[in-house]
Amino acid sequence: MLAYIARRIVYVIPIVIGVALVCFLLVHLAPGDPLVAILPADASQELAAQLRTAYGFDRPLPVQFGIWVWKALNGDLGTSIASGRPVLAEVMSAVGNTIMLALAAAAIGFFLGVSLGLIAGYYRNTWIDKVATSIAVMGVSVPHYWLGIVLVIIFSVQLNWLPAVGAGPGGSSSWAWDWTHMQYLILPALTSAAIPMGIITRTVRALTGDILSQDFVEALRAKGLNERGVFRHVIKNAAPTAMAVMGLQLGYMLGGSILIETVFSWPGTGLLLNSAIFQRDLPLLQGTILVLALFFVFLNLIVDIAQATIDPRIKRS
Amino acid sequence: MSAISEPALQVPAAPKSNGYWTTVGRRLLRDKLSVLCGSILLAILLAALFAPWLGVADPYQGSMIRRLRPVGTPNYILGTDELGRDMLARLIYGGRLSLLTGILPVFLAFIVGTTLGLIAGYAGGKLNTIIMRTVDVFFAFPSVLLAIAISGALGAGILNSIVSLTIVFIPQITRVAESVTTGVRNRDFVEAARASGADTLTIMRVHMLGNVLGPIFVYATGLISVSMILASGLSFLGLGTKPPEPEWGLMLNTLRTAIYANPVVAALPGVMIFAVSICFNLLSDGLRSAMDIRN
Amino acid sequence: MTEVTALAPLEDLGGEAQPLLTVRGLTKHFPVRGDLFSPRKTVHAVDDVSFEVAKGETVGIVGESGCGKSTTARLLMHLMDYDSGDIIYDGMKVGRELSLRDLRRAMQMVFQDSYASLNPRLTIEESIAFGPRVHGMAAAEAQLLARDLLGKVGLRPETFANRYPHEISGGQRQRVNIARALALSPRLVILDEAVSALDKSVEAQVLNLLVDLKREFGLTYIFISHDLNVVRYISDRVLVMYLGQVVELGPIDGVWGNPVHPYTRALLAAMPTSDPDNRTQIAPITGDPPNPIDPPQACRFHTRCPFVDTVCSMVAPKLADIGTDGHQAACHMAVAGSGHSRAPGPNAGT
Repeated sequence: MLAYIARRIVYVIPIVIGVALVCFLLVHLAPGDPLVAILPADASQELAAQLRTAYGFDRPLPVQFGIWVWKALNGDLGTSIASGRPVLAEVMSAVGNTIMLALAAAAIGFFLGVSLGLIAGYYRNTWIDKVATSIAVMGVSVPHYWLGIVLVIIFSVQLNWLPAVGAGPGGSSSWAWDWTHMQYLILPALTSAAIPMGIITRTVRALTGDILSQDFVEALRAKGLNERGVFRHVIKNAAPTAMAVMGLQLGYMLGGSILIETVFSWPGTGLLLNSAIFQRDLPLLQGTILVLALFFVFLNLIVDIAQATIDPRIKRS
Repeated sequence: MSAISEPALQVPAAPKSNGYWTTVGRRLLRDKLSVLCGSILLAILLAALFAPWLGVADPYQGSMIRRLRPVGTPNYILGTDELGRDMLARLIYGGRLSLLTGILPVFLAFIVGTTLGLIAGYAGGKLNTIIMRTVDVFFAFPSVLLAIAISGALGAGILNSIVSLTIVFIPQITRVAESVTTGVRNRDFVEAARASGADTLTIMRVHMLGNVLGPIFVYATGLISVSMILASGLSFLGLGTKPPEPEWGLMLNTLRTAIYANPVVAALPGVMIFAVSICFNLLSDGLRSAMDIRN
Repeated sequence: MTEVTALAPLEDLGGEAQPLLTVRGLTKHFPVRGDLFSPRKTVHAVDDVSFEVAKGETVGIVGESGCGKSTTARLLMHLMDYDSGDIIYDGMKVGRELSLRDLRRAMQMVFQDSYASLNPRLTIEESIAFGPRVHGMAAAEAQLLARDLLGKVGLRPETFANRYPHEISGGQRQRVNIARALALSPRLVILDEAVSALDKSVEAQVLNLLVDLKREFGLTYIFISHDLNVVRYISDRVLVMYLGQVVELGPIDGVWGNPVHPYTRALLAAMPTSDPDNRTQIAPITGDPPNPIDPPQACRFHTRCPFVDTVCSMVAPKLADIGTDGHQAACHMAVAGSGHSRAPGPNAGT
């Protein structure tokens, strides 16, 4: 087991290096001189040359990469061009909101997905199954930014029950665990939950079907186990896989929140990314993507290890 | 054998077996849901292609006096948008860019990814390690993030959005192609083909491609659904096409200001994205089960 | 009737006396990939295997699964590279005097899994015609040849030519595989467990077909199987393999009538027999064969041998002549003065 964990961690190192390389190259993928974004439009030649040296853009790429990685390891992801604040501080102040949104969405998606999946798998090939799987297909096919708009139209515009945008009254971004603030979380969380709900429903439905068709369930029934006991059995067997799938979905939500955060003006990393893109704030873009990708990598790692701990069959592969 | 005179005992001459794809096509046509989804997609595609001949209004012609008419207005069946342009026309014309930016990246990634996966799977060894470890790195990014990162770095534009989505899908298709190829490569008929002295290219062409393409193709059709959502999402963020071009994602964005005045019209472009995405998803599922011939 | 032309078989060079195939010191070790946490290991799949196959004979290769039978077959076909050793076809060293391309016409193979060895996307006719097409035959000619061969293996071409592998039975598929092998006019056919997956009655039919085809085309067979009865039925000579090594070889009647190596004896003893007088008294070996990743030192059988002695774990036995008919065994008990307590004394002679 320990060897598996060690192996898995060692395996992550080249991926982390690759991720850093991709993030680093993003800036150089951008058309034109990376300096253009920093430089005032009327800058003189000397100022340009001075800044080029200051930012190290005059050095060969591998050296620049080395310096960039070294700085990143020391917590220095550069300075945001738009705000003048350190990138890491900007990202860290936003990442909490994103995590909160992702966790809320994960909880909703997991609960709905497991319930629908169990019902669908148990009543396989009946109309109940058809309804549940239809909901699941819609969940994975819906453009979630559109779903967000539709929910805003229904619950904010028409019914006026919930606020449409922001994370607190008056556009404040200071969070508190009270109903006033929670209201702001409901719509974005429901919207984000659509995709994981669909995926988990499909997973749990398939697992339930498989488990119920196995001989040992017949044996349990023959021994007089009632249906509630059978159900408990199914849940126990399906839980590890469903949780692993959920873990991955959590990662996707952390990294893919930009569209939803834009729709709801939710002050997380997605909104930060959005403003970085449109202000051509490349250091901020680079830093945010690096942090989100690393989050995703480590979440995957944790899911893998957790799954191997729960289900010992996995660690051999 | 000629001694047997009863016609009933004679073996029928060379029964023609159907090819694999003929059988798959026939099974797919028997699936009502797939036929329905295919028809809807075909209708949207044909409408987009032949839009100028459908007699709909000019999608660019706006008018300040007829802005945001509701659905059902005479002459404007689906209402008008925030600049008074006919929604029906814009939704039909919008299919052109939306379908192009949704489907083309998957098609390009299918070609590149299949090639890479075939090479990695068939060659094995070092080449496999290099290709697949690179693929792993791209898997470390959630696809939405990667698409937006590349698009964001490249800047807005249709071409950039197609490029970034292609880059997002190449690793996914490569991974599937590699695992399918490895599976087929280890089957005895490939060994038998090698044993008959055939060179690698011939084996690839005659024995590998036919067995590998099917599963990769099914996977790619499933990706179109994701690609449609992402492509329109990029436009929605302002990273795709620019106004006044009709494109569903962009329309959804510009109509956000109208959610109070005319919510139904504001939601319409999303309905199109949703419809296309769900149809591709269901069609992909149908194709998958149609290809599972041994059942 | 249209004239069917087959590919011309490779010319016979050395005459009757020269073996069709000579294998010397064939060795194949697979590295088992290690990493930081587990050291690199090697599987000794085939270890120093030598034998000859005379023109027109059938040589059986027997042994438990994992003993290296199938690896040997794949090495002979050059489907994988070997680490060391020589494979000499009719006096020509493969890779030097004989090109790989020519070898693959001279030598063909039939695999165990009849379904996996046919491309599911090709019709039966296309599968059979593929080899001749690769070797330059025109499409129409190859098609005629394929249909002719279908008839030769007992399948009506009109009925079967256009079918796909999943539309016919296992026995029929294996006939197709045989036809596919014969399409290149080989002189040597390796049958790797070719009848093992078939039902008993079908197996008998295919075996008889193989005997008939051998006569008709003047073939030489290497027949790999774990079924000793089948090997006995079809083989002239037999090779017994254990953990990648040959432990006994010789004429089938000599080896089966007078097995010398305890492993051969155990194999034969485990064979179901209906004759009560023929029951062997030796206890059959127990347990699974040791892991070929880490084979036992010296005599590889010593961990399971009922007659194990100190010498067995010290010195590896070499193949030694048992009689004058080419019967050889690699066991210390068969060699006088080997140091084994059951070895014949110095006075016993041979």
